[in-house]
Amino acid sequence: MASLHTVNKSPFERNALEGCVRLAAKGSGVLLMEDGVYGALKGTQKSSMVSKSMASLSFYVLGPDLKARGIGEDKLIDGITVVDYNGFVDLVEKFDHTQAWL
Amino acid sequence: MSAIKKFMYVNRRAPYGTIYALESLEVVLIGAAFEQNVSLAFVDDGVYQIVKDQDTKAIGMKNFSPTYKALGDYDIKQIYVEKESLDARGLTKADLLDLKWEDEEEDYAEKDSIHVVSAAELAEILDQQEVVFSF
Repeated sequence: MASLHTVNKSPFERNALEGCVRLAAKGSGVLLMEDGVYGALKGTQKSSMVSKSMASLSFYVLGPDLKARGIGEDKLIDGITVVDYNGFVDLVEKFDHTQAWL
Repeated sequence: MSAIKKFMYVNRRAPYGTIYALESLEVVLIGAAFEQNVSLAFVDDGVYQIVKDQDTKAIGMKNFSPTYKALGDYDIKQIYVEKESLDARGLTKADLLDLKWEDEEEDYAEKDSIHVVSAAELAEILDQQEVVFSF
Protein backbone atom coordinates (compact mmCIF):
# COMPACT_ATOMS: atom_id res chain seq x y z
CA MET A 1 0.00 0.00 0.00
CA ALA A 2 1.28 3.43 -0.84
CA SER A 3 -0.32 6.66 0.28
CA LEU A 4 -0.44 10.18 -1.01
CA HIS A 5 0.05 12.72 1.78
CA THR A 6 -1.09 16.30 1.22
CA VAL A 7 0.38 19.16 3.24
CA ASN A 8 -1.23 22.61 3.02
CA LYS A 9 0.43 24.52 5.89
CA SER A 10 3.66 26.50 5.88
CA PRO A 11 6.45 24.52 7.58
CA PHE A 12 7.54 27.74 9.32
CA GLU A 13 4.20 28.20 11.05
CA ARG A 14 2.96 24.66 11.72
CA ASN A 15 4.60 21.27 12.09
CA ALA A 16 2.33 19.46 9.60
CA LEU A 17 5.18 18.81 7.15
CA GLU A 18 7.43 17.62 9.97
CA GLY A 19 4.80 15.15 11.17
CA CYS A 20 4.16 14.00 7.64
CA VAL A 21 7.78 13.18 6.77
CA ARG A 22 8.21 11.48 10.17
CA LEU A 23 5.18 9.24 9.79
CA ALA A 24 4.78 8.66 6.06
CA ALA A 25 5.75 5.11 5.08
CA LYS A 26 8.57 4.48 2.64
CA GLY A 27 7.34 4.74 -0.93
CA SER A 28 4.66 7.32 -0.11
CA GLY A 29 4.09 10.49 -2.09
CA VAL A 30 3.93 13.95 -0.51
CA LEU A 31 2.05 16.70 -2.33
CA LEU A 32 2.78 20.23 -1.11
CA MET A 33 -0.11 22.62 -1.79
CA GLU A 34 -1.49 26.03 -0.70
CA ASP A 35 0.85 27.42 2.02
CA GLY A 36 2.53 24.01 2.08
CA VAL A 37 4.45 24.94 -1.09
CA TYR A 38 6.91 26.93 1.04
CA GLY A 39 8.28 23.54 2.12
CA ALA A 40 9.49 22.92 -1.43
CA LEU A 41 11.97 25.80 -1.45
CA LYS A 42 15.71 25.32 -1.35
CA GLY A 43 17.98 27.41 0.85
CA THR A 44 15.57 27.61 3.80
CA GLN A 45 15.75 26.33 7.38
CA LYS A 46 13.38 23.50 6.37
CA SER A 47 15.08 22.45 3.11
CA SER A 48 17.35 19.78 4.59
CA MET A 49 14.43 18.04 6.34
CA VAL A 50 12.74 17.67 2.96
CA SER A 51 15.80 16.70 0.94
CA LYS A 52 16.76 14.04 3.51
CA SER A 53 13.31 12.47 3.40
CA MET A 54 13.42 12.32 -0.40
CA ALA A 55 15.42 9.09 -0.06
CA SER A 56 12.20 7.29 0.86
CA LEU A 57 9.40 9.64 -0.23
CA SER A 58 8.56 11.25 -3.58
CA PHE A 59 7.68 14.94 -3.42
CA TYR A 60 5.28 16.86 -5.61
CA VAL A 61 4.25 20.51 -5.49
CA LEU A 62 1.18 22.20 -6.94
CA GLY A 63 2.27 24.64 -9.67
CA PRO A 64 -0.67 27.10 -9.47
CA ASP A 65 0.04 27.63 -5.74
CA LEU A 66 3.72 28.30 -6.50
CA LYS A 67 2.86 30.88 -9.14
CA ALA A 68 0.35 32.63 -6.88
CA ARG A 69 3.11 33.11 -4.30
CA GLY A 70 5.71 34.37 -6.76
CA ILE A 71 7.90 31.26 -6.48
CA GLY A 72 9.78 30.34 -9.65
CA GLU A 73 10.52 26.66 -10.34
CA ASP A 74 14.24 27.53 -10.17
CA LYS A 75 13.76 28.05 -6.40
CA LEU A 76 12.66 24.45 -5.76
CA ILE A 77 14.69 21.68 -4.14
CA ASP A 78 16.03 19.41 -6.91
CA GLY A 79 13.92 16.31 -7.43
CA ILE A 80 10.53 17.79 -6.52
CA THR A 81 7.98 17.35 -9.33
CA VAL A 82 5.66 20.24 -10.21
CA VAL A 83 2.09 19.15 -11.02
CA ASP A 84 -1.02 21.04 -12.14
CA TYR A 85 -4.61 20.28 -11.04
CA ASN A 86 -4.87 17.38 -13.52
CA GLY A 87 -1.60 16.03 -12.15
CA PHE A 88 -3.12 16.24 -8.63
CA VAL A 89 -6.01 14.04 -9.81
CA ASP A 90 -3.55 11.60 -11.40
CA LEU A 91 -1.67 11.31 -8.10
CA VAL A 92 -4.86 10.64 -6.14
CA GLU A 93 -5.65 7.89 -8.63
CA LYS A 94 -2.14 6.43 -8.64
CA PHE A 95 -1.82 6.02 -4.86
CA ASP A 96 -4.02 3.68 -2.83
CA HIS A 97 -5.05 6.25 -0.20
CA THR A 98 -4.87 9.96 0.40
CA GLN A 99 -4.09 11.43 3.81
CA ALA A 100 -4.31 15.15 4.55
CA TRP A 101 -1.98 16.84 7.06
CA LEU A 102 -3.84 19.96 8.12
CA MET B 1 -8.77 66.70 17.08
CA SER B 2 -6.65 64.30 19.06
CA ALA B 3 -2.90 64.03 18.69
CA ILE B 4 -1.27 61.94 15.99
CA LYS B 5 -0.33 58.51 17.26
CA LYS B 6 2.19 55.93 16.11
CA PHE B 7 0.36 52.97 14.58
CA MET B 8 2.12 49.73 13.65
CA TYR B 9 0.59 46.85 11.70
CA VAL B 10 2.45 43.58 12.32
CA ASN B 11 2.02 40.98 9.55
CA ARG B 12 3.04 37.40 10.36
CA ARG B 13 1.05 35.23 7.92
CA ALA B 14 1.64 34.08 4.36
CA PRO B 15 -0.82 35.40 1.72
CA TYR B 16 -3.67 33.31 0.17
CA GLY B 17 -3.62 30.32 2.57
CA THR B 18 -5.51 32.38 5.15
CA ILE B 19 -7.39 35.69 4.96
CA TYR B 20 -5.07 37.55 7.41
CA ALA B 21 -2.84 39.22 4.80
CA LEU B 22 -5.69 40.66 2.74
CA GLU B 23 -7.62 41.76 5.84
CA SER B 24 -4.54 43.52 7.19
CA LEU B 25 -4.00 45.38 3.93
CA GLU B 26 -7.63 46.53 3.91
CA VAL B 27 -7.43 47.78 7.48
CA VAL B 28 -4.17 49.59 6.68
CA LEU B 29 -5.82 51.36 3.73
CA ILE B 30 -8.89 52.30 5.77
CA GLY B 31 -6.71 53.51 8.63
CA ALA B 32 -4.60 55.59 6.23
CA ALA B 33 -7.53 58.02 5.94
CA PHE B 34 -7.10 59.03 9.60
CA GLU B 35 -3.72 60.69 9.07
CA GLN B 36 -1.80 58.91 11.77
CA ASN B 37 1.88 57.96 11.79
CA VAL B 38 1.56 54.50 10.24
CA SER B 39 4.23 51.85 9.82
CA LEU B 40 4.11 48.20 8.77
CA ALA B 41 6.22 45.26 9.85
CA PHE B 42 6.60 41.99 7.97
CA VAL B 43 7.99 39.13 10.08
CA ASP B 44 7.89 35.31 10.05
CA ASP B 45 5.72 34.07 7.13
CA GLY B 46 4.47 37.65 6.70
CA VAL B 47 7.52 38.34 4.55
CA TYR B 48 5.92 36.15 1.86
CA GLN B 49 3.15 38.77 1.45
CA ILE B 50 5.50 41.16 -0.31
CA VAL B 51 7.39 38.68 -2.51
CA LYS B 52 7.35 39.94 -6.11
CA ASP B 53 6.02 38.19 -9.25
CA GLN B 54 2.85 36.82 -7.63
CA ASP B 55 0.42 35.43 -10.24
CA THR B 56 -2.84 34.04 -8.85
CA LYS B 57 -4.74 33.42 -12.11
CA ALA B 58 -4.52 29.64 -11.81
CA ILE B 59 -5.83 29.49 -8.22
CA GLY B 60 -8.79 31.77 -8.93
CA MET B 61 -8.01 34.29 -6.19
CA LYS B 62 -7.39 38.03 -6.37
CA ASN B 63 -3.70 38.96 -6.52
CA PHE B 64 -3.63 41.79 -4.00
CA SER B 65 0.15 42.24 -4.03
CA PRO B 66 0.09 45.22 -6.48
CA THR B 67 -1.93 47.11 -3.85
CA TYR B 68 1.14 47.34 -1.59
CA LYS B 69 2.60 49.67 -4.22
CA ALA B 70 -0.18 52.18 -3.44
CA LEU B 71 0.91 52.53 0.20
CA GLY B 72 3.42 55.25 -0.69
CA ASP B 73 0.57 57.40 -2.06
CA TYR B 74 -1.12 57.11 1.36
CA ASP B 75 2.04 58.43 2.98
CA ILE B 76 2.91 55.02 4.39
CA LYS B 77 6.65 54.89 3.90
CA GLN B 78 7.91 53.01 6.95
CA ILE B 79 7.82 49.36 5.96
CA TYR B 80 10.07 47.18 8.11
CA VAL B 81 11.09 43.65 7.14
CA GLU B 82 12.91 41.49 9.67
CA LYS B 83 16.21 40.20 8.28
CA GLU B 84 16.12 37.02 10.38
CA SER B 85 12.77 36.05 8.80
CA LEU B 86 14.15 36.62 5.30
CA ASP B 87 17.28 34.59 6.08
CA ALA B 88 15.30 31.63 7.45
CA ARG B 89 13.41 31.49 4.15
CA GLY B 90 16.39 31.96 1.83
CA LEU B 91 15.03 35.36 0.72
CA THR B 92 16.74 38.71 0.18
CA LYS B 93 15.44 42.24 -0.44
CA ALA B 94 15.83 41.53 -4.19
CA ASP B 95 12.99 38.96 -3.92
CA LEU B 96 10.58 41.59 -2.57
CA LEU B 97 8.31 44.12 -4.27
CA ASP B 98 10.00 47.42 -5.08
CA LEU B 99 7.97 49.71 -2.80
CA LYS B 100 8.62 53.45 -3.14
CA TRP B 101 7.29 56.76 -1.83
CA GLU B 102 7.72 60.23 -3.31
CA ASP B 103 9.37 62.90 -1.18
CA GLU B 104 7.52 66.18 -1.82
CA GLU B 105 10.30 68.11 -0.13
CA GLU B 106 12.89 66.81 -2.59
CA ASP B 107 11.06 67.42 -5.87
CA TYR B 108 9.12 64.14 -5.54
CA ALA B 109 12.26 62.02 -5.50
CA GLU B 110 11.40 58.31 -5.26
CA LYS B 111 12.68 56.67 -2.11
CA ASP B 112 12.62 53.09 -0.80
CA SER B 113 9.81 52.34 1.63
CA ILE B 114 11.20 48.94 2.61
CA HIS B 115 13.76 48.84 5.39
CA VAL B 116 15.33 45.49 6.19
CA VAL B 117 16.08 45.54 9.93
CA SER B 118 17.44 43.08 12.48
CA ALA B 119 15.22 41.53 15.15
CA ALA B 120 16.89 43.77 17.75
CA GLU B 121 16.18 46.90 15.67
CA LEU B 122 12.59 45.85 15.09
CA ALA B 123 12.12 45.21 18.80
CA GLU B 124 13.11 48.85 19.42
CA ILE B 125 10.72 50.11 16.74
CA LEU B 126 7.85 48.03 18.13
CA ASP B 127 8.57 49.30 21.61
CA GLN B 128 8.10 52.89 20.43
CA GLN B 129 4.59 52.29 19.02
CA GLU B 130 1.44 53.55 20.72
CA VAL B 131 -0.99 51.24 18.90
CA VAL B 132 -0.06 47.82 17.47
CA PHE B 133 -2.40 45.80 15.25
CA SER B 134 -1.50 42.12 14.82
CA PHE B 135 -2.39 40.03 11.79
